[in-house]
Amino acid sequence: MPAVTEELSTYLDIFGSRAERRRAEPDWLVERRNRGMQQFAEQGFPTTKHEEYRYTNLAPIAKTPFRIADGGTVTLDDLAPFLYNGIKGDRLVFVNGQFSRPLSNVADLKASVTTTGLLLADNPAVIAPHLARYSTERNNPLAALNSALFSDGAVVRIPEHTAWDAPVHLVFVSTADAPDTVTHPRVLVIAGRDSEASVIETHCGIGDTPYWTNAVTEIVAADNARLDHYRLQQETLSAFHTSLVEIHQGRDANVTTHSVSFGGALVRNDVEVVLEDENSECTMNGLYAINGRQHVDNRTCVDHTMPHCTSHQLYKGVLDGYARGVFGGKIIVRPDAQKTDAFQSNKNLLLSENADVNTKPQLEIDANDVKCSHGATIGQIDDEAAFYLRSRGLGESEARSLLTYAFAADLLERMKFAPVCDRFESLLMAKLVQQRASKP
Amino acid sequence: MLEIKNLHASVEDKQILKGINLSVSSGEVHAVMGPNGSGKSTLAQVIAGRDTFEVTAGSVTYLGKDLLELAPEERACEGIFLAFQYPVEIPGVSNLYFLRAAVNAARKHRGEDELDAIDFMATAKKKMASLGMDNQMVSRAVNVGFSGGEKKRNEIFQMALLEPKLAILDETDSGLDIDALKTVADGVNALRGPERAIVVVTHYQRLLNYIVPDFVHVLADGKVVRSGDKSLALELEDKGYGWLGNGARPELAVRA
Repeated sequence: MPAVTEELSTYLDIFGSRAERRRAEPDWLVERRNRGMQQFAEQGFPTTKHEEYRYTNLAPIAKTPFRIADGGTVTLDDLAPFLYNGIKGDRLVFVNGQFSRPLSNVADLKASVTTTGLLLADNPAVIAPHLARYSTERNNPLAALNSALFSDGAVVRIPEHTAWDAPVHLVFVSTADAPDTVTHPRVLVIAGRDSEASVIETHCGIGDTPYWTNAVTEIVAADNARLDHYRLQQETLSAFHTSLVEIHQGRDANVTTHSVSFGGALVRNDVEVVLEDENSECTMNGLYAINGRQHVDNRTCVDHTMPHCTSHQLYKGVLDGYARGVFGGKIIVRPDAQKTDAFQSNKNLLLSENADVNTKPQLEIDANDVKCSHGATIGQIDDEAAFYLRSRGLGESEARSLLTYAFAADLLERMKFAPVCDRFESLLMAKLVQQRASKP
Repeated sequence: MLEIKNLHASVEDKQILKGINLSVSSGEVHAVMGPNGSGKSTLAQVIAGRDTFEVTAGSVTYLGKDLLELAPEERACEGIFLAFQYPVEIPGVSNLYFLRAAVNAARKHRGEDELDAIDFMATAKKKMASLGMDNQMVSRAVNVGFSGGEKKRNEIFQMALLEPKLAILDETDSGLDIDALKTVADGVNALRGPERAIVVVTHYQRLLNYIVPDFVHVLADGKVVRSGDKSLALELEDKGYGWLGNGARPELAVRA
């Protein structure tokens, strides 16, 4: 179909124009980039005919010939709503996909927190076993496109037997100065054996023209590593955001990934977790609070390959206005994965009769001695609870806000950095007030 | 204080209250009794402002104001308190936060300064001690994981903190053991005073051994069919509700 070719040709052209740049890169990376481009060219943008995109139409992204973003200026003041003064620790800022040294705050860029560019130049062997290896094995054309085209990204290496007190904060900001630009943010986290750390990713925008963020994060947690990962999506309401988080865990590794989606016009987040060795544990927390005509689709997949592994998923959505939420969660238990303990729950609170949710849990169990459960709920503010609060003197909107907060409270409280938790608590409240105010 | 005249209320076109007349003055304790489905709880909820019920006729005047015009939170701030028959569980909201919000809403309404967390805790601790409540109950989420007795104690605790002018207890005694029942009664008796009134909705006479009412009313089929003093409650205990028959007896509906 000519239309499809046209949709893809933009990206094939960009890829072609970068042949020179690729010549400076190691062979293994060029090979992975070629494979990524090939996968994308073969599959194109997923359509609603794909079961996993049934409720999310990416046509608005596919139809727009996005140009690679570059340039743009941002000040620390512009970034204030996305930074946390109360949190110490290294910060890497990427503006329109380019690393910004002045906005970043890292003691020694050559050490554990750096950019893919610098690490590729200095020590490619460190990332060769990991970078773009996992994501290109996925059947995910958008992640493949990222692999083909990403330029700057962040690499976080937590050395063996090391515990970091402060989190690393990675900020990807789009300025959207000109319409229809795209960035392909890339993150690689290598958590060494017996290490412990936290990584916060913020994806945000400050302009008001449409742009697209197509992000990929790969996390490798070696034996007994503990990692707390946050993905805070605060794009503008004109933005498209697609992402893949790919997590591979070794023996006794324990990873928690928090996915918070408050921004974006059209958002699709994929989380793929592979528990590769015994006694590995993964917790996936998701919170989406959307209104207006926002559309947020979260898809998770946990692959239990070995015995005695645990996975917990709790995704909650607060939807107002004409917002649409989608959740698809899959748990795979392989024949060897006896004594698996897997739990999945998706709960939605609809604040408006025009908001809408599609939720679909899936289990594929090939072992016989496992504990798996899943459930989904879609509800409204409990009238009886609201009346109870009002009968004690709380105003109607105060009662609604308190009950909405209460619905999201357990997920907010799981974010262990108080400034992050507080920020999103007030963003949630502001979102509710904004929506109420815009109603007649 | 409270003047209910010819009150009719329905839910989804089903008429539940069919002409209630009731007058409550300051300093009085009224007991409202009656069989299941007679409209006792509906009456309590209509006074508190539950909008599930539609008032189709009649009037309710409270301290000279048209009560039916007020939102539930305004009624609460004006001093009306309903102890719920089924206190609602609210996961994610701590009891302490909820109670302070309630107390401060009333204080704000009266033009008083709001209490900060420390002052409030001091007040709350005193009331808890007097009600024999476990300190832990305030740090837990509102009514979540509470036993039936704990939920009812929590209602009485809220009442003690809010010091309402008109307290309505909707079957607060149902299902309680004797210790919890005494706690409820002590809470109510502590609140008794010349400037307050209490309406106790109950199914059983037992509570009235501990909270001695000035007046007893019997509801049947949405109307007050008998009114009398505390001896009426004993009579009901002896004979049950059957002897009242189904027919309303309007001449008895108005308090003597």
